Amino acid sequence: MNLAVRVAGARLVPVGNFPSEMLDELARRTGMPLAAGSLDPTPAYDALREQYDSTRLLVELKQRYSGAILGAAALDLFIPVLTFAFGEAELGGRAGVFSIYRLREEFYGLPPNRELLVERAVRELLHELGHLVGLLHCQDASCVMSPAHSVALVDAKSDDYCAACTRWLENRGA
Amino acid sequence: MSEEKYSILIVDDEQVVRDSLLHWFSEEGYEVEVAASAGEALSRLAARDLDLVIADIRMPGMDGLELLEKIRSEQLDTSVIVMTGYASVESAVRALKHGAFDYITKPFDPDDLSVAVRNALEQHRLKRENRLLRQQLSESFAISELVGQSEAMRRVREQIETVAAVDSTVLIEGESGTGKELVARAIHRLSPRRFHPMVVVHCGALTETLIESELFGHEKGAFTGAQYRKKGKFEAAMGGTVFLDEIADISLKTQTDLLRVLQEREIVRVGGTQPIKVDFRVIAATNQNLAELVKEGRFRSDLYYRLNVFAIHLPPLRERHGDVPLLATHFLEKYSRQMNRKFTGFERPAMELLASHNWPGNVRELENIIERAVVVGREPLIRAGDLAINRPSEGAEDLRLESVERKHVIRVLEDFGWNQTQAAKALGIDRVTLYHKIRRYGLKPPERSKANRA
Repeated sequence: MNLAVRVAGARLVPVGNFPSEMLDELARRTGMPLAAGSLDPTPAYDALREQYDSTRLLVELKQRYSGAILGAAALDLFIPVLTFAFGEAELGGRAGVFSIYRLREEFYGLPPNRELLVERAVRELLHELGHLVGLLHCQDASCVMSPAHSVALVDAKSDDYCAACTRWLENRGA
Repeated sequence: MSEEKYSILIVDDEQVVRDSLLHWFSEEGYEVEVAASAGEALSRLAARDLDLVIADIRMPGMDGLELLEKIRSEQLDTSVIVMTGYASVESAVRALKHGAFDYITKPFDPDDLSVAVRNALEQHRLKRENRLLRQQLSESFAISELVGQSEAMRRVREQIETVAAVDSTVLIEGESGTGKELVARAIHRLSPRRFHPMVVVHCGALTETLIESELFGHEKGAFTGAQYRKKGKFEAAMGGTVFLDEIADISLKTQTDLLRVLQEREIVRVGGTQPIKVDFRVIAATNQNLAELVKEGRFRSDLYYRLNVFAIHLPPLRERHGDVPLLATHFLEKYSRQMNRKFTGFERPAMELLASHNWPGNVRELENIIERAVVVGREPLIRAGDLAINRPSEGAEDLRLESVERKHVIRVLEDFGWNQTQAAKALGIDRVTLYHKIRRYGLKPPERSKANRA
């Protein structure tokens, strides 16, 4: 089990129609336990933007589930003042969400690449999980906690926490 | 994790915007504060230094552009990014013209926002660094100009450092040529007002009507020739320092006006009626004994006490003879550098001549003599013959034009009982030129009580 998963004690839950084989793959790679059912994203839909308000999804997640919970979505997410978001999490809180919508190569007009998509999804999952535990963005570009607002930057990082962030997690988990 | 924690203030009347940006920037590791209005933002800025303000243009009450103007007028270092929901070229241009670092349109692309913020903070860091370096430079420069190892000069430098930090009025007393303006400049440069102007008024060079309009400004048509409204020196100083040189030369009427300005901190332009609030510090200088002038009834005692809050006495050069070689070397280096000449020092007889002179014109006289020597001398050493100092032992008539002019000016001044207006007329020059000649040659009325001063 990933260190952050153990520290966060969070479960993974699909939001809307999240592909089930992808959900299983993510759970397998990170060791995250799955929560029962799925979250209906409709209340978070913004018809004007044709996007889902991720902040609102966090509220829905907290209402529906107890304990730390991380939603996996395949929806176009946004944070009110920003054009889009790969994900959002309460800093040191209980709920987080990430989406594979803009991690897909198809979104950028390229042929699908499933392996690449899973790699990116794992990084986003671990990134939001890090925030959930209380980690801030990291200056180390290879650290999974480094800020990434484009897939290029997501691809540039590794799927692990740097030494400093790991130490922080260990202290937190101890 | 980031080592340096920058602080960001988000100003927006919409809660959802404040919340999302607060969250977003907190994740980035910034220290974030929020304000729901421009007014709240200003009180937060007054409470602590913030590195960056991100403000919405459209807000009820004071809008983002007004806030930006306020921040600029208060001379805060804070960088400002303006955001808006309605992109318009006009508002973008206005924001940038008012000194905003950047302009972003809602909703922002996350990458654009993070780039804009990173750049703004980088600029902020450079500005702060630049200010600190300039401060250090001006501090070392301000004091280093006042050359001298004597106890008296050391005390003067100490006094400057003490008084610069506080905002009290300073009175600098010293003979002509002792460096009173240099002291005033050093105080200004070391004071919290250093980023504002220092305005110099040579009171002795101005007639009574002129000095009033110089100091207080005038309205259009206030007197013949006043074709335009003009700001006075007190207004021009705008938060800075007003240096009143030769303060003893102003008339009793102007003394009364000046006293009122110092007490009320407001002025009325000549020909005007509206009082205008002014913020300045006064440094006054005189080569006369003001206390004595007060006794004689030629200087208002209340103005004297108002000016004499902190007095700095500059010793004449003859009282700190030990500093002459140091000063001579300082000026030799200064003028050699300026004129691109390669002097390395003085021949022994030259230095002896400098040391034996009485220096009635003080440091200015010494400076003039060295400047001339650098022009006429032959490298690498200054000889005694290069120094234009009267040697009484030689007895021969000094035929240099400068010396003849000096004697002639003294003669005419004495003929007219030191009435400078009449003397200037007789010499066929204007008052200001005469005034500068008097300063240059370090001339003084022989005995003040007998001088027939207007």
